Amino acid sequence: MADFDLKVTENDGVILVTTNGYLNNYGGEQVASLCLQKISEGKRKFLLNLANTDMVNSIGVSILIEVIEELQGTSGTIAFCNLAPIVEKTFNIMGISKYAKIYANEEEAMAGLA
Amino acid sequence: MSTNPKVELTLPVMENMELAATKTAEVVAKSMGLDEMKTAEINMALIEACINAFEHSKSKENIYITYSIDGDTLTIKVGDKGEGFDSEVVAIPNIDEKINSEHKRGWGLQLMKELMDTVEFESSESGTTVTMTKNK
Repeated sequence: MADFDLKVTENDGVILVTTNGYLNNYGGEQVASLCLQKISEGKRKFLLNLANTDMVNSIGVSILIEVIEELQGTSGTIAFCNLAPIVEKTFNIMGISKYAKIYANEEEAMAGLA
Repeated sequence: MSTNPKVELTLPVMENMELAATKTAEVVAKSMGLDEMKTAEINMALIEACINAFEHSKSKENIYITYSIDGDTLTIKVGDKGEGFDSEVVAIPNIDEKINSEHKRGWGLQLMKELMDTVEFESSESGTTVTMTKNK
């Protein structure tokens, strides 16, 4: 069931992924597949805007760990912005925030990734 | 409202059906006057409990959820008729170990424990019931 979609743009060398909907295994695979493709093309900076994703599950988030892992070998960066409080809490419990910066909004994130 | 209201829900093992459980939880939480964050925590824990019931039990049968209100406490039970498991032997996940590991999943129990006030498991060869509580 595709209750999830994403939009991709590139701005100042940052791949901006804007998600929409429930980040479950399907959503996680969509994001990871896109990011891994971009990494293979040489992209190193990623920002995920989750403003329109107010619900996640641990399977979807755990798939994103693959992207963190891949970026570690390339000195790349992944960051998140506009997280719903429960999504941010989930990321903290899972330790995602140890490996990825979390910004309040897209503007702050772009400044931080510059 | 009756003294100890109880809502019962039966869910088939279907993709994203856990979201139906969260819709019911939202109505129950609202009737108790739970705030937005506590409601979101209940939803997240419930999603994980349902996923466990759907996937880890390997059950093709329905799962059963009850929401019981007792004063300021909401008790949610999620039951399945799967193979069961021993929650005591489930390793506490750690992001440092998950990176560069083949097995990146296994966060559900930890999330439930962190997000709810109490979480208990009863499991046997004929099924598992997780009982979670959240206080107002």
